[in-house]
Amino acid sequence: MPEGKFCNKTPITTDEQLKATLNDKGGKQYYEEMNHLEVDSEKLWGTIQKTMKSRLKTWLEICAHCGLCAEPCFLYQVNGRVPEQVPSYKIQATLGQIVKKKGKVDNAFMQMCMETAWSKCTCCNRCGHYCPHGIDMGVMFSYLRGLLYGQGFVPWELKIGAGMHRVYRAQMDVTTEDWVETCEWMAEENEDEWPGLEIPVDKVGADIMYTCNAREPKHYPEDLAEAAILFHVAGENWTVPSEGWEQTSLSMFAGDWECCKDNVANVYAAIERLKPKRATGTECGHAHRATVIEGPYWMGREDGQPPVPFLHYVEWLAEALREGKIKIDPSKRIKEPVTLQDSCNYVRNQGLKDVTREIISYLVEPGYFVEMAPCKEHNYCCGGGGGFNGIGKYREQRNMALRKKMDQILDTGCKLVIAPCHNCWDAIRDLEEEYEIGIRWTFLKPLVIKMMEVPEHLLPKDE
Amino acid sequence: MYDFLTGPMLWVTFLVSFGGLLVRAVMYVRGLNWQLDRVAYRPNMSYGIRGAIRSILAFIIPFKAQAQRERPGFTIIFFAFHIGLLVTPIFLEAHNVMLEKAFGFSLPTLGTGFADTLAWMCLVGGLFMVLRRIAFPEVRIITTAYDYLLLVITLAPFVTGLIARYEMGDYNFWLMAHIITGEIWLLSLPFTKLSHAILFFMSRMQLGMDYGIKRGGMKGSDFAW
Ligand code: SF4
Ligand code: SF4
Ligand code: SF4
Repeated sequence: MPEGKFCNKTPITTDEQLKATLNDKGGKQYYEEMNHLEVDSEKLWGTIQKTMKSRLKTWLEICAHCGLCAEPCFLYQVNGRVPEQVPSYKIQATLGQIVKKKGKVDNAFMQMCMETAWSKCTCCNRCGHYCPHGIDMGVMFSYLRGLLYGQGFVPWELKIGAGMHRVYRAQMDVTTEDWVETCEWMAEENEDEWPGLEIPVDKVGADIMYTCNAREPKHYPEDLAEAAILFHVAGENWTVPSEGWEQTSLSMFAGDWECCKDNVANVYAAIERLKPKRATGTECGHAHRATVIEGPYWMGREDGQPPVPFLHYVEWLAEALREGKIKIDPSKRIKEPVTLQDSCNYVRNQGLKDVTREIISYLVEPGYFVEMAPCKEHNYCCGGGGGFNGIGKYREQRNMALRKKMDQILDTGCKLVIAPCHNCWDAIRDLEEEYEIGIRWTFLKPLVIKMMEVPEHLLPKDE
Repeated sequence: MYDFLTGPMLWVTFLVSFGGLLVRAVMYVRGLNWQLDRVAYRPNMSYGIRGAIRSILAFIIPFKAQAQRERPGFTIIFFAFHIGLLVTPIFLEAHNVMLEKAFGFSLPTLGTGFADTLAWMCLVGGLFMVLRRIAFPEVRIITTAYDYLLLVITLAPFVTGLIARYEMGDYNFWLMAHIITGEIWLLSLPFTKLSHAILFFMSRMQLGMDYGIKRGGMKGSDFAW
């Protein structure tokens, strides 16, 4: 059987396929079929020849085998420093071999590559800045994931995830109607407390367009309401698009590059349609990376920039606090030790380290903010990056990966962790569930709402 | 034999070696692809160059990069090895006498004592490089025979050179051995991993541009290498 019913080389593109694959609980049949999946060596080698240029080729060739990338990798650290977790080894044993053998590898080998690419690397890019040659394994593994996805060797959840994006243009089955309804519902729900609160859909020419993570309308609609409240208080002229509101990209974790492009195209089309002056997204790291950092390139935009300036939520919030659009009530500032999770996706990958600390300076009483060690661009992945959080097959390895963050948090002595990244937030929640270290974690939005001064005219009138 | 090796053969060696490295540098740049690499090199060149310079400097100035500060032992060995390796042959008096004879110019030369020290630095550094490959499991697992071969190719001219210099054994034999191993080393530069002599700069430059343009540079945030 060269290709299975669920496990095959074809992406999921229809609702039926999607539902059927979802119904294969835990991917039981999927993984069974994977054992018989044939490798299309010709296509594999063809893709490599077309897409592997200077950068990757040179990296594979000149790796000095010095081992300096070992210690910087948190997965190496938490897995008892076994040599099999040395980044250079992980890539040489997988991608390196595929290249060496010109794509002539077998099923078992591809399954080993899959396990390595999705359970031994979160594409956090940390090792890359410790390597003297500047070899960035995060980039290499992400490339490998693309090759594996093209051959059907991808974890079940991520095949579905990419399929969701293809079918619904959202990582969950949230349709345009669901989305617009959620916007209306959330505005209504909070109107009593916030008179005049609106979630304007498809307003042309607004100052700022807001996009989010499909998990929010689906499971945490209050997050959308919170965003609306903050825009409302800040007096922003804002809007959400009815189409192109979903900014995340499980396809990026899956290595489904075609789909990545489609996701971004959808968001950019909304920008062209609504012509906002700027755009901002929710507190999500990978969504920002997909739409703002990598997205322009998938779209072939030569300047590497989205069509309008696109801020991460932390940038918007820092600006609002800086300009006094949102004011914090000094008596409500946090007066307990609190720490901050630096998301690899916008800190290591877009330098937003100081902006987040600026926000902290408004929210936390001096003396109570405790940095993790190391932090900023040297910070470790939360343990759930790169799709790790969502893959059932590698749950055990994921739980192991959480330990680094656990130790980092424990070392700060803080009970409260600010995590302005959806994925990091999830990982830290799971970390508390798994290891029960007695911590709390929060996004910025609810925190700021609790602490801000609300101008008189925005308060509900007593009747 | 001596005349051939230090005459035409030397010419050929230099030509192949330096020409080859140049070709590799040019091919590297030509193989960069803004869309595949996802870095807008051209429109943001000034950010790119700034990032590239920062990235290169961070790794050629001892103890500048965080990675080097965290590994002081390795950093010392690494720099001892590479400084010895690069400085000695270029500024050695005997080499410059040859240079003068062949090409009619020479470079400032080192005192003998200093040159000896540098050569020993390289040898001892190289020895430690071998030892850590054997001693540390995280290095052992990625080490191949090829890595050892390259170390042998690199260190051979130093071993033979030092033997000749101290006139142990047959001077002429060791001198020839030194010239031959030296030429083998030079000839290997463009064709083996030793090409990192130039590709190190290219790779560092590329990643530096990546950070300088896409990953924070244009947000005004310098990466702390
Ligand atoms: S640090 Fe860089 S050169 Fe050294 S082994 Fe790791 S990837 Fe290779
Ligand atoms: S990118 Fe991150 S997880 Fe992957 S090998 Fe490097 S340090 Fe480890
Ligand atoms: S989830 Fe957060 S910490 Fe983990 S890799 Fe993604 S951005 Fe980094």
